[in-house]
Amino acid sequence: MTAAAETIQVKGRKPGFGVAAWAAVRRHTLTVLAGLGFAYLLVPIAVVILFSFNDPAGRRNLTWQGFTLDNWLNPFAYPDLRAAVELSLKIAALSTIVATVLGTLIALALVRYRFRGRNATNLLIFLPMATPEIVMGSSLLTLFLNYSFPLGFTTILIAHIMFNISYVVVTVRARLIGFDRHLEEAAMDLFANPLTTFFRVTLPLIAPGVIAAGLLAFALSVDDFVITYLVSGSETTFPLFVWGAARVAVPPQINVIGSAIFLVAVGLMLANVVWQRRRSLKGA
Amino acid sequence: MLHRNRWLTPYLLLGPGLAWLAVFFIVPLFYLGYTSLQAGDILTGYTFQWAWENYSDAFTLYRPHFLRSLQYAGVATVIAFFISYPLAYWIAFRAGRWKNLFLLLVIAPFFVTYLIRTIAWKTILADQGPVVDFLRTVQLVSDDGRLLATTTAVVAGITYNYLPFMALPLYVSLEQIDHRLIEAAQDLYASRVQAFFRVTFPLALPGVFAGTLLTFIPAAGDFINAELLGTPRQQMIGNVIQSKFKEIADYPQAAALSFVLMAMILLAIVAYTRLIGTERTMAG
Repeated sequence: MTAAAETIQVKGRKPGFGVAAWAAVRRHTLTVLAGLGFAYLLVPIAVVILFSFNDPAGRRNLTWQGFTLDNWLNPFAYPDLRAAVELSLKIAALSTIVATVLGTLIALALVRYRFRGRNATNLLIFLPMATPEIVMGSSLLTLFLNYSFPLGFTTILIAHIMFNISYVVVTVRARLIGFDRHLEEAAMDLFANPLTTFFRVTLPLIAPGVIAAGLLAFALSVDDFVITYLVSGSETTFPLFVWGAARVAVPPQINVIGSAIFLVAVGLMLANVVWQRRRSLKGA
Repeated sequence: MLHRNRWLTPYLLLGPGLAWLAVFFIVPLFYLGYTSLQAGDILTGYTFQWAWENYSDAFTLYRPHFLRSLQYAGVATVIAFFISYPLAYWIAFRAGRWKNLFLLLVIAPFFVTYLIRTIAWKTILADQGPVVDFLRTVQLVSDDGRLLATTTAVVAGITYNYLPFMALPLYVSLEQIDHRLIEAAQDLYASRVQAFFRVTFPLALPGVFAGTLLTFIPAAGDFINAELLGTPRQQMIGNVIQSKFKEIADYPQAAALSFVLMAMILLAIVAYTRLIGTERTMAG
């Protein structure tokens, strides 16, 4: 039909310059708008990475002074910064493990079983994602305050597991939906017990989803500021260190750590995508 | 086990995770309500005494902060929608086999620590920075005008930080559209614009609803952008809550403000779910 329309147009008269230009604009508007959108998303990231190579006069890293590799060579110029990064990684690792296990089990139950209380479960998973962090943080804090529970490592860990569970459930569930149950039934028919079936059949099949969920949980944990800030007591994670620094002056080392986290996270995401593609190619 | 006690299995899978969410998400909400009705001072301790004045204060003293939060979040949501739609549409219909790569670009900002990417905006909008320079040259900003420490900066920061929450659900619902429906509309002589507004847009509405919710809710509770990019005149309700918890230790008032914020947001969710149905909201 489009071809026919074009023929008619060509037969009629040659489109003038204005018409052609308008057609070009119409054809490319979407691409240009999308390009601008991507620029908006990515320019600040470029700024973060660029300013990790800045050589500021003092501790203020707001205007470009000159190129240096010093910051990357001494990322932990401030001892507090090293301690903060270590605490963040520790919390992230522990909360990721616990939340991934708990969340994967919930996702399995939601996708594979019909049971009473399904809607209530869905709601309970959805609510934490739909609650502002400040509300979650302050309600957890009031719980701890009312029981005079000491704030610190434990309370941060509890909070991180809590907000990560929902994200794990959603991620794993998305992968489980296309999952072929017959494979499990086949294993059981071949006299595998439920536990063997789970570890030899189910887990390898859902592994990409579980790994993606784990990466997401780790990233969310390392990044979290609001909830951590409220329940941290006197402990300082990396985002809390940045917050403290932002009120005085942000040293370029913060950009170095930020860039490093970004590069590692993107690298792992890409690796997971490539690995999945290989697996699906092999399967086909 | 799987075969004999089938009805029990889902509950065993759900148990640990849901228990965690119940104890550290639902129960704290009750403590938030309980704390919000306490009175006293930090030295002698707060006791429960039906102190409703915390709520009347919330509506009188802090009305400007609530209004500002709703306004900023509303404006940011609308801007994020108009930036995200072409972006999501382009990835869904034009990106071909590179879809996953472009999706990764959309969520890339999440891999840079929230606080660090907000500080990057500080660099971009700085008085000596390129953006202000350009705007002064074209006289959109007066010669001594600035962007940093203005409402514009705060809203721009909020828009940026929550944009992926808008773009992803939009993409998901656009991607699921059966292309044959759009072709059918065009075969029936709908122009491309008509086909978009009569077919594509209505079919992708669940994504619009989900994206709006997921952007508006966290944006309304945000305080980081107002703190880093604004002045006390841009303070949102989140700023008040965090300073009352962390700096002034006025827990009951902070809890009351938090509770009101959550109630407002729950009302919004209920209204939305009524409008489009639970399953669809949560799947988004």
